[in-house]
Amino acid sequence: MIKTSMGLDSRKMAFWAFIGSECLLFGSLISTYLVYKGRSLTGPYPHEILNIPFTSFSTFDLLMSSLAMVLALAAVQRGDMKQGKLWLLVTALLGLVFLGGQFWEFSHFVREGLGLTTNLFGSTFYVLTGTHGAHVTVGVIWLLTHWVQALRGKLGPANAMTVEITGLYWHFVDVVWIVIFTVVYLIQ
Amino acid sequence: MSEQAHATTATYLRIAAILVMLTLIEVGVFYVPTFQALLVPILLVLSAIKFTLVVMFYMHLKFDNRFFAFLFGGPLLLGVAVVVSLLFIFYGALRLRTGTRFPGIDGICIPAS
Repeated sequence: MIKTSMGLDSRKMAFWAFIGSECLLFGSLISTYLVYKGRSLTGPYPHEILNIPFTSFSTFDLLMSSLAMVLALAAVQRGDMKQGKLWLLVTALLGLVFLGGQFWEFSHFVREGLGLTTNLFGSTFYVLTGTHGAHVTVGVIWLLTHWVQALRGKLGPANAMTVEITGLYWHFVDVVWIVIFTVVYLIQ
Repeated sequence: MSEQAHATTATYLRIAAILVMLTLIEVGVFYVPTFQALLVPILLVLSAIKFTLVVMFYMHLKFDNRFFAFLFGGPLLLGVAVVVSLLFIFYGALRLRTGTRFPGIDGICIPAS
């Protein structure tokens, strides 16, 4: 483990700085969405196609994946790799469920006539939620990598920090969705 | 403060229960016509509480070294400032150019569609 002069793990410090930069990325995408909100000249408009019950389920799914992630980390830290493998897989599967839901939602919107270039709502909506979905995809691949490592016996308390960093990324993806769910779906 | 100390499993479960309850309240408020006038502030407050709970307990900022909170909180505040500034610049410029009045800024209600 490489420590900084402050005695902190250098990987964790670097990752927090990365998450800070991600705040600015999503901040710019959210502000773009808000600036163009309600300025589409043609439909479909948000209130016509956004499905709140369906997205509420996706939000619930992502919140539960965050719970599974902290349980996975706690299990790996105490050396309980049976539980660690289980919760890592559960987290990844819940991420896949979220991605499946987003794929279904995007397909449905395209069938309803909302493409990336249809109107300002389509452009800003797809770029914002699509960027978030890309982050979820990276997170799922990362989690499955840890799961395979655990299956091969290459993951344990000694390298729990790598799982903790993955967890930081996953929880950040979750908090970004908390904001998107409110700003895009509920405040129409 | 220790870099390793984290919450217990019971705390994680309690936080998850609170997050689910807050999400249900958010969706409930969205559908109740009585709350329409206060919908935006209520949803923003509930969202901020959920955000804070995940960051403090699941990302362990409550228990970790405060420097991590600085690394995250600094850019987060900057990001929020960017959002607020852009909204003011955009709607301010539009109002000056066109004389348009906006809900929430000019104290008028959103017309029913």
